[in-house]
Amino acid sequence: MRTIDQLLSEAPAFSGMSSDQLELIAGCGLNRVFEDGEYVMREGEPADVFYVLRSGRVALEVYMPGRGALTIETLDHGELLGWSWLVPPYRVAFDAKAIGTVHAIAFDGACLRGKSDQDTELGYELMKRIVPVLVERLQATRVQLLDVYGGPGPV
Amino acid sequence: MRVLERKSLSPLLEALRRRGYEVIGPTVRDGAISYEPLSSADQLPVGVTDEQEGGTYRLAERDDGAVFGFNNGANSWKNHLFPPELSLWKGRRDEDGEIRFTEQEHRGGPYAFVGVRSCDLAAISIQDRVFIGDAYVNGDYESRRRDAFIVAVNCAEAGNTCFCASMDTGPRAGDGFDLALTELLDGGHRFLVEVGSERGEEVLAEVGSSPAEPRDVAAADAVSEDCASQMGRELETDGIKELLYRNVEHPRWDEVSERCLSCGNCTLVCPTCFCHSIDDATDLAGTESERVRRWDSCFGLEHSYVHGGSVRQSGKARYRQWMTHKLATWIDQFGSSGCVGCGRCITWCPVAIDITEEAAVIRATDRIEAVGINADD
Amino acid sequence: MTAAGTDSAVLEPTTPVAYRVAGKRKEMGDTWTLELEPVGDQRLPGFLPGQFSMLYAFGSGEVPISVSAIAGGSGELTHTVRAVGAATGAICDARPGDQLGVRGPFGSVWPLDAAEGGDVVVVAGGIGLAPLRPAIEQLIAERDRYRAVTVLCGARSPDEMLYPSELQDWREAGIAVETTVDSATGDWEGRVGLVTKLIPLAPFQGERATAFVCGPEIMMRFVAAELRGRGIPPGRIHVSLERNMQCAVGHCGHCQLAHLFVCRDGPVFALDRVEPLLGVREL
Repeated sequence: MRTIDQLLSEAPAFSGMSSDQLELIAGCGLNRVFEDGEYVMREGEPADVFYVLRSGRVALEVYMPGRGALTIETLDHGELLGWSWLVPPYRVAFDAKAIGTVHAIAFDGACLRGKSDQDTELGYELMKRIVPVLVERLQATRVQLLDVYGGPGPV
Repeated sequence: MRVLERKSLSPLLEALRRRGYEVIGPTVRDGAISYEPLSSADQLPVGVTDEQEGGTYRLAERDDGAVFGFNNGANSWKNHLFPPELSLWKGRRDEDGEIRFTEQEHRGGPYAFVGVRSCDLAAISIQDRVFIGDAYVNGDYESRRRDAFIVAVNCAEAGNTCFCASMDTGPRAGDGFDLALTELLDGGHRFLVEVGSERGEEVLAEVGSSPAEPRDVAAADAVSEDCASQMGRELETDGIKELLYRNVEHPRWDEVSERCLSCGNCTLVCPTCFCHSIDDATDLAGTESERVRRWDSCFGLEHSYVHGGSVRQSGKARYRQWMTHKLATWIDQFGSSGCVGCGRCITWCPVAIDITEEAAVIRATDRIEAVGINADD
Repeated sequence: MTAAGTDSAVLEPTTPVAYRVAGKRKEMGDTWTLELEPVGDQRLPGFLPGQFSMLYAFGSGEVPISVSAIAGGSGELTHTVRAVGAATGAICDARPGDQLGVRGPFGSVWPLDAAEGGDVVVVAGGIGLAPLRPAIEQLIAERDRYRAVTVLCGARSPDEMLYPSELQDWREAGIAVETTVDSATGDWEGRVGLVTKLIPLAPFQGERATAFVCGPEIMMRFVAAELRGRGIPPGRIHVSLERNMQCAVGHCGHCQLAHLFVCRDGPVFALDRVEPLLGVREL
């Protein structure tokens, strides 16, 4: 059976981290399973946890009265779910729903915040791995905002 | 080489008409020299000259009786080879919804073009490359061009906006003509004639000419040399393609666009500009339709329209497109510059934008390190 | 004097040939697929994947539309058209039996032969899948000539995913097909996100892969960057461009992109020919 730090090192965001650091992060992690339709996170709840997905798909949803739940992004194997634990007020921004059975490693963000404050080298290393994910998603979101496939409508 | 007397000009036009050519030549129309169908040599602009400058064109009298003592007017031979408006086909939809297209007959010609300047001769060969020198042949252009008889006239004086010497297109016609005349005024009004084709030879034989004396040949050479030394403008062409490619973001484009009215005059008078739109018109009942080809201009906003908007929204982008096409991308497209140095775009620009000046400014402030466009072929 | 002309020169086709709408299928809200067949004896030469025709709706105008399927050489034509203007609107409104005018075939092709022996990745955005469909069908028909073949499709929403049943057929025919949408409601269980996100997952090796990309120009720029990141050389990333096309043979001048005539030199270009040009605004 593989340990959490082994599993963690397979996630692209954490690949290449030193084993000491992985061990430290893994210390805050535990395996979780979510059934189809189960909510991994709910908008507005305290953001103390983030996940690295091992299998299955998670849909980020926003609920719009009159239109229902709109999926704005899905996350798959190896991807990072949740970053609200990094920034105050540490509240979840979107609903995250399991599509099919989801296996994930859950990390105690609050615990990691504490460890990072004490060990800034670890904190910096963690930031270097999370920021590119944020940037990539921000860029993708900007392109999605252009609604390029929608076109300008009849002319 | 032969010599044609001044009085033989009329028989020359007559001989061309007898052979079935519609004779097109210079005449005064609306206060400018224009190339129009001529029924008589009397219509030629005898004793007329033109004064040209950026944004300025005036006719004036000259007292030496010269027949070709001017440079160029606003229009060019492209008005006849590539008419401003041409019906391509007519369509009909009957009650059953059957549609039928009737191709328009290719009319026009055969033409005899009399008075083609060297720059315009170069312009004709450039448009040949565009319309009949590629995989697709434009049938209408081909039919007008195929049998055209060309009587070139070598310029005796260069205009203030002329720069054919820079573009290596003049002032003396090298080839591409059936007959080439150099008008000689001193020592008897006459023309030195160079024969460029067999049919040129035949036509000349019908008119009657005498062998050229060495003094005639020398006089014609002197005329061309004088003319070459009088060029009103100059354009440095060395490396101009690369110059403009790497200066695609040069601040000068913004500056010139503040003056440019995007009126498109330069593209209309340019003897090589070939852009045209394909317009359809349908009657109100929706049963009759006609497709018309019309000159278009890259200065128009619609020129680059794709659904949603135009690619070249700003005047800057449109001026840059025109000038970069003319002097640079044309070379990649057709193997030569698209500019022949006739100076029409300078003369007829209402705000006197000068392509030679614009090119010179960019050269003087060349941003060698700039990342520009890079044509691979 | 004689004018220059190449031996293989053909007359510029200025007059459309009458075609009849033989079949019509609604793909999504404003997008239809039309099957056309020649009305009389006159028929156009065969089209190749990537090429386009000029489609004329009587009284409404003419537009360039890529061929979206290749028939068996009997003159039939298939086009998928989105109603965005007067001409495309009239074409989409045509009913079976109605007649349209067609000129073509025009333009360059998806270089399927050059991709032989390697991996092929096809990336489509929105209606950009239509010009790629004949290429995908040929890849499937000649599946043995290629290694891994992957089709990646992005769309605005699940309802606006073009050819959903074909996507399933293609999967069954032995190629990988992945889809993603910009946003989704209801019971969509597929991916939501930009099409670029599919690229890291696709099973190809950059050094032996060829890519065919068609979609909005912005999407193609991002996709191209991602494909290069996975090691496909820009000379083997092919994109299909859209510009104002009127004559379709490089004579009218409207489709110029610097030194290129998109109608004649394109619409399919290797990225290394056009990438620097696409980066210049308003070129």
